[in-house]
Parts: sequence; C-alpha cells; structure tokens
Amino acid sequence: MTSLTDLTLADARDGLRAKKFSAAELARAHVDAMIAARPLNAFITETPVIAKAMADESDKRIARGDARPLEGLPLAIKDLFCTKGVRTTAASHILEPFVPTYESTVTQKLWDAGAVMLGKVNLDEFAMGSSNETSYFGPVENPWRKPGDNRSRVPGGSSGGSAAAVSARFALAATGTDTGGSIRQPAAFCGIVGIKPTYGRCSRWGIVAFASSLDQAGPMTRTVKDAAIMLRSMCGFDPKDSTSVDMAVPDFEKALTGNIKGLKVGIPEEYRIDGMPKEIESIWTKGAEWLKAAGAILKPVKLPLTKYALPTYYIVAPAECSSNLARYDGVRFGLREKGEDLTAMYEGTRGAGFGREVRRRILIGTYVLSAGYYDAYYLKAQRVRALIAADFANAFKEVDVLLAPTAPSSAFARGEKTADPIAMYLNDVFTVPASLAGLPGISVPAGLSADGLPLGLQLIGRAYDEETVLRTAGVLEQAAQFTARPQTWWKQ
Amino acid sequence: MTAPTPALLKGATGDWELIIGLEVHAQVTSNSKLFSGASTEFGAEPNTQVSLIDAGFPGMLPVINGFVVEQAVRTGLGLNAQINLRSVFDRKNYFYPDLPAGYQISQYKQPIVGEGIVTVDLPDGSVREVGIERLHLEQDAGKSLHDQHPKLTYVDLNRAGVALMEIVSKPDLRSGEEAGAYVKKLRAILRYLGTCDGNMEQGSLRCDVNVSVRKPGAALGTRCEIKNVNSVRFLQQAVDFESRRQIEELEAGRAIKQETRLYDANTGETRTMRSKEEAHDYRYFPDPDLLPLELTPDYVARIKATLPELPDAKRARLESDLAIAPYQARVLVMEKESADYFEAFVAAVQKRTGKAPQDIGQDCANVVVTELFGALNKDSKSIESSPISPTALAGLQALKMDGTVSGPTAKKVFEEMYATGKDASAIVEEKGLKQVSDSGALEAMVDKVIADNPKQVEQYRGGKETVITFFVGQLMKLSRGTANPAMVTELLKKKLAK
Repeated sequence: MTSLTDLTLADARDGLRAKKFSAAELARAHVDAMIAARPLNAFITETPVIAKAMADESDKRIARGDARPLEGLPLAIKDLFCTKGVRTTAASHILEPFVPTYESTVTQKLWDAGAVMLGKVNLDEFAMGSSNETSYFGPVENPWRKPGDNRSRVPGGSSGGSAAAVSARFALAATGTDTGGSIRQPAAFCGIVGIKPTYGRCSRWGIVAFASSLDQAGPMTRTVKDAAIMLRSMCGFDPKDSTSVDMAVPDFEKALTGNIKGLKVGIPEEYRIDGMPKEIESIWTKGAEWLKAAGAILKPVKLPLTKYALPTYYIVAPAECSSNLARYDGVRFGLREKGEDLTAMYEGTRGAGFGREVRRRILIGTYVLSAGYYDAYYLKAQRVRALIAADFANAFKEVDVLLAPTAPSSAFARGEKTADPIAMYLNDVFTVPASLAGLPGISVPAGLSADGLPLGLQLIGRAYDEETVLRTAGVLEQAAQFTARPQTWWKQ
Repeated sequence: MTAPTPALLKGATGDWELIIGLEVHAQVTSNSKLFSGASTEFGAEPNTQVSLIDAGFPGMLPVINGFVVEQAVRTGLGLNAQINLRSVFDRKNYFYPDLPAGYQISQYKQPIVGEGIVTVDLPDGSVREVGIERLHLEQDAGKSLHDQHPKLTYVDLNRAGVALMEIVSKPDLRSGEEAGAYVKKLRAILRYLGTCDGNMEQGSLRCDVNVSVRKPGAALGTRCEIKNVNSVRFLQQAVDFESRRQIEELEAGRAIKQETRLYDANTGETRTMRSKEEAHDYRYFPDPDLLPLELTPDYVARIKATLPELPDAKRARLESDLAIAPYQARVLVMEKESADYFEAFVAAVQKRTGKAPQDIGQDCANVVVTELFGALNKDSKSIESSPISPTALAGLQALKMDGTVSGPTAKKVFEEMYATGKDASAIVEEKGLKQVSDSGALEAMVDKVIADNPKQVEQYRGGKETVITFFVGQLMKLSRGTANPAMVTELLKKKLAK
C-alpha cells in the first residue's frame, strides 16, 4: 500500500469509506509529515489536537455510515481564513495575537463537509506577494529544488504555504485565495493543481480582505479530480457576502468526463510576451497539441488589452487594500504600539505591524485614490478593467476556454526578485487578466523546466463555467502525465 | 410661492445678504443598523450593541438593511424628490478611533435620492419653497468619550453603523429664522413619515450649517461650515453669530477663509475647527464589498402607495373640509401627535353630536389650539402627556354644543378636567354648572338685577345701550355662570325697554 500521505484526496476519501484505514490514522500520518516538514516553514500554526478530535469524530461518522463529502480528509488552511479559536495572522505582525471568535464561511463549509484541520499555513503578508517572502513568519521553502543545487526556491505566492504543504505531501489538499494569481502561480511553482473559481462562487465572509473586488478562495490539490471534489464543498451562496452569487453549485466531479471533442480552445496571442523563456513557450505549445489530440479545436484569439492588465491590477488592488487595511489601527484588536498621542499610536502600530511590501501597497493605493489623482489612476484603471472584461467576453464568443502559461518562469531563487518590486509584479502577468475579469482559472502541472522545476499551464473559462475549465484541465493532466515529485531533502 | 426675499443685515458699509444651506443628519428609524443586525436602541450600556461588522473585524462584510432602504425611499417621496433607481455606496476614508473600519460607508456621487422640495412656513405666515439637493444613506460613527479618564479616551461603538440620512438643502435660506423654520418643517415631515424620530436631544437629528454673506446681487461669498448644531435655537444663534462675524471680517477688509467651524452652545459662538488646508482627503471610491443598489419602479410605487398624509396635505384638508382658519390649521399640523389628537377629537365630537365636520371644525380647533395647547405650554407638557384625552374633551365640547353648559362655564370645566382628569359631565353634575335656560328662573334673576341697579337702568334708557353688557355680567355673576347668555340678553332688552 502507498503511504497514506501519498494518496490523492479522492483515493483517501474512498479508502476511508472502504475502511482500509481510519481517519485518525490518516490524520496522524499527515501530522507526522507536517512536523517532519517544519524546515519548509509552511505552517504558521499547527493544530494537531484539533486534527485528532476532528478525525475521531469522522471515524464515528464513518462507522455509522454517516460520512460527509470530505469526511476525515486532512487539509491545510491558508492563514487568511478566520478560524474560530485558532489564531489567524494573515502572516502579519499586526495580527500576530489575533484569535477570531468566528469561522469563515468557506472553512465552516469544509468542516461541515467533514474535513479535518491540520493547521494554518503561511502566505505572503496579507496575501501581498508572489514568492511568500513577505511573510512576517519567514519565507516558505519550495519543496522543489533544482537537482544538484541546494539553493532555496520560492514556492510562489501568496498561497505559498498551501502549495508547499500539498506538493510535499503533508496535507491532502489546502485552501488558497487568489487575488491576482495567488492560487494559480504557487500551484505552478510547486507542481500541483490550483483553481480560482469565478468571483462570487465562494463567500469572502471571514477571509481577511486584501482587494475585495478580486479576492476569491479556491482549492489547491494534487489532481484535477481532487480540486473538483474540494471546490464543490467550498462554493455556494452566502447571504453574509453581498458579492456572492446565488447559483446552484454543480457536481464538479461529474464534469470530468475526459471528453473535449469539438471543444474550442483559444490561444491568446498577446500572452506570447517579449522575453518569455523558450521552455514556457514550448510547454504551452505542447499543451495545445495535447488538447488538439484529444479532439479540441484550436483557435488563435485576440485579447488586445492584455498588456494593460498588470498596471491596472497594480492600481485597483492597492487602492482597495489601502482602505481594507485601515482597520488595523491598534484600537480594537491585534498589535498596539504605545504612543504619546493618537497619531503616534497609529504610526507606531502600523509602522511596526506592517511589512515593507504591505506598506508599499498601502502607499500606492492611498496615492491613486487621492484628490487630483483619482481620475488619472483609479477611475482610468476601472475603465480599463471593464474593457479587459469585454475583451474576454468577445473571445468567449468564439471559443469555450483559453489556454495560456500560468507564470512566465519556473520557481525562482529566494531573494532573486525581492529588490525589484516590478520584476516581482511581472510574475502575475498571465494570472492577473482573469482576476480582473472575475473569470475562473486553473493551473495544471504540465512538465518540468530544464532546471527540473515544475511548469504549469493555465486554463481560463467563461464566468461560472468551472465545469468546462475542470474538464479540459482533466484532459491536460491526463496527457501531461506529471508524475515527478520533489525530493524530500527536508527529511535528511 | 414667493421667491426668496432677502432679510438683509445692516453693516457699516450697507446691507448684506445671508446665504444658508443645511446638511441635516437624520437617524433612520429602524431596529437594526445600516449594514449589520445590531440593535439601534438609544441609551444602552456602552459597546453592548456592536456586531463584528460594526467593530470592523477582519473578514467582516456589510450587508444592506432592506428596511433602511425603504425608509430612505419613503423619505425621498415625502420630500417630493427624485428617487434614483441606481445608487452606489462609497467608502469615505479617514482614521479615527470611533470609526472602526477606517472608512465610513456613504453615498458620494450617486445618492439614493436626488432633488426635491420642502415647503417651509415662515413665521410671518408666508411660505417658501426650499430646494433639496440630495439625500443619501450613510453609517454613523461611534462615540469617543474624552471625559471618562484623565489621560485616556474611551470609545463606545453602539452608534457605529447606525443608518443616517444626510439631507442636503440648496443654499435657499436667507436667515437664521428661516433655517430654523426649515428644520422644523423637515422634522415634521420625517416624523409624519415615521422615518426619523426627530429627537434632537438624543442626536437623532443633527445639523451642519453652511453660511456665507454677500452684497445683494453679488456673487456668492466664501462659505464656512458650522458643525455640531443640535437644536433649532442653537441653529439660529449659530447663524446669527456667524453671519455677523463674516460681515465684520469683510468690512474690516479681511477675506473669509473657507473652513469648518464648531458651534459652542455655552458661548453661542463659532470657532475654527479646521481650515480648508487641513481638510481631510477622504479618498472616496465605490465600496467593493457592496453591489450598486438597484431599485425597480414597482418597488418605489409600492412605497408611494403607503405614504401617510403629510403636513401640507393635512393642513389643506383641515382648511377645506373642516373650514379651519389657516393659522390654526398650521399650528395643528406642526406636530404629528397634535394633528392625530385633533383628528381623534373631531371624530369623537362628530360621533356625539352627529354634526358635519365643517360645522364643528373651527370650534374644535379653537378649543385645542387656545385652551389645550395653552395649558400644555404653560406646564411645558407634550400633547402625549395631556391629562385630557380626545374623547374626554369631546364630552365637554358636546355639552357646550347642546347648551348644557355655557361658553364661560365650559372654560371652567376644562380647567377642572385638566387639573383632575375627571369627566366633563361629572364635573358639571358635581358643581351644579348646568346652564339655566328656564325662562321663569332667568326672569326672576333679571328682575333682581334691574331692581338692584337703578343708575345703570337710567343710563340704558337714556340711550347708552352698551350698558347692557354690565347687566349681562351681573347676571352671570348671580347665576355663577350658569345662565344662558343669549336668553339673558334677550330678556334684559325686553325688560329694560319697558
């Protein structure tokens, strides 16, 4: 029998139901792996006691034939989801002592579906970053390294802890959140699957906000099927989130028919950017060929405003964040630095509480919303955003799904881009457009770079058409036969 | 309607015209807050009516309170205003400890209600139409308590997130008195609509006042905004002080600086709070947590169908259907409770006497406005705490109308009722105040009065007919007010003519 931590979510589910092993055993195996993997710094807060209690409850349910969809399956939760009674930090010093009295809607749905919590995983501070290097709790290591090179690679971000935990097999799956690529890019960097559903599918209630009009939760898993299973339990209308959609949640697993005959797949020419590494281009071509071989019809499509997506995103997201993060003021919860007067207390608290990248984005956001600059920046960005969405809508008149790379490179070395924010932001170039348009996007591992690091391919679908995205992703996955896995160097 | 006739202020260099616009913050009558389910009840222990949303906890999201939207639409309709079927909530960003999220959710560019009109009754009896610029919904902030500790500030978030309607007038007001009349009228309309209790002491209705002065016909002057004005009296004081201050500044050759000023109720003065340079940059932008508010014409029509009769309509009806004089009609409709009392009173009188409303309206109005309001005012009592109910007062009115008691006696009975809360007929019975209309009994009294006052009889017969009032007075005295005055006059004339 394969080790319990090597099982997919689907196999673990089936194994539990067939009583091949218990939920307690499954949880124990993952807790042990989690402890062994501490060098990766993936967890901010481990919750083995909770995991045990939840697994015991699951075993009782399984014994009486009352198993729920995710019964007994151990998950890692991005530390951006508020968890009742369990510290929730957003990887920030300012929330370091914060223990919510409430549970986010998405995690509550997962627990209601029987899932088991392993702990809270690391991320870029307030989900702002593409490398997990901005966390107050230190960077996460990518489990993948270039063979023969001991240098640390970044796991991507902001859901870097989630990606590392799933990739290194100490969580069956994890929750992530994606604002401009924070699920898809780390999934690509760590060789796993990550889907950002359509904006509005998952409730944002109880998720620490970064940029409200973009933030969306989604699953990070090792297979497309696992993503489909987990996504179903995460989605659904929530009256507590005015932007959540009141729509039936499909059985996404059933969409994985493997049949994409006649499906029209768009290849957006504008994603072929200057200076894109050859290997990215070739994996993209390969992906297109796989889909074609499976019966899809390839069509070049135009998304002319693609080049404006990144600057638009880096106006809209900081603008919202500058306002969303105003509540961290030392008055009611979290960190408070003493000050002689109110202003000194504010400045001390926010200066000490927020890291450099968060402060940078608050400043950018404050600037673009300021009197005299609002029209030139924020308002213009909103208009461009609407045009980008229209671009996609036009493309989807001709095709059913779009295929593109997830990121312009494989996982880069730690520290490689920290000195140059623009270079770091460029990492989001392929993921940001779908975020701005609110469309579903998935990253599927498609192969290895020349350096032996994972490369991902991205599929973008119509709004609320996660089923086509998942079905196509399943075909890609099948064709790619991505079986490589990171070497467990952290166990030595 | 009259165009603004400027009540000019005299200055050393001639006349000045005063231009006033008001921003009224009216707390929406609603059990829960604008974006959370927390209670809005006044006077609770600090921080006991605060949800996680109101306290700005991480991951909390606002959800619009549908009833508050309905109240805002109702108010807009009551102000004869445009209802905007699409409105947008924006964030107004600034830091303050009693503003938990670091922003106030308000409506900036696209308010729920657009232009409207309020008809204001001025003290001289004239009316003036005052334009409404807009009405928008927004959250109230919490309260900073600076007096609880020598060094620390305490924060009470009970009020944080409570729904307010900001009602912005056009700069159509020309004196403190007019501004006061406008607030009174606005308050009456809100109370009739049931959308704001109008309680200024509890802060349910607060005003910011924009004041500027100019030479008549000149371009608008620089304005100052006065904050923290929370009574009609203070409003007039603040306007008077501020206009005089501005005129003095200008006449001394100094310019008015655009600034926010604070009214100090203790001194009656205004003082600089912050200059234009220190004004916040609120960085308004649409709140991404909330979708634009979309209403349907049907929805608005349904609310319109349930609007109550408002003061102006009620006053017109009182004048036309009940034949009540304009002055009294105006007084009667000023407060919803007074109007309700009056209408219940008229209905009860009608029921007892079977008379038509137009035949009893004016008399009823006289009783309520003169007697009842007079007595209540003397005791600083509100109509709700009147010791005489509308039905009890109708009992007295019926006795008066069927001749059981005379007018003067009715006044006495009223006083007794007011003091003791007793029934009119019981008082009349107890004190033997029934009007004497028996001609035999009256004749005897008339004879006595004539016999007792020969000098006056001589005067009367000598052609001084006004002396008749003397005889009537004597007779009323003799009968302790119970004599039917009409019959007495008749009899006296007959006997004195002999």
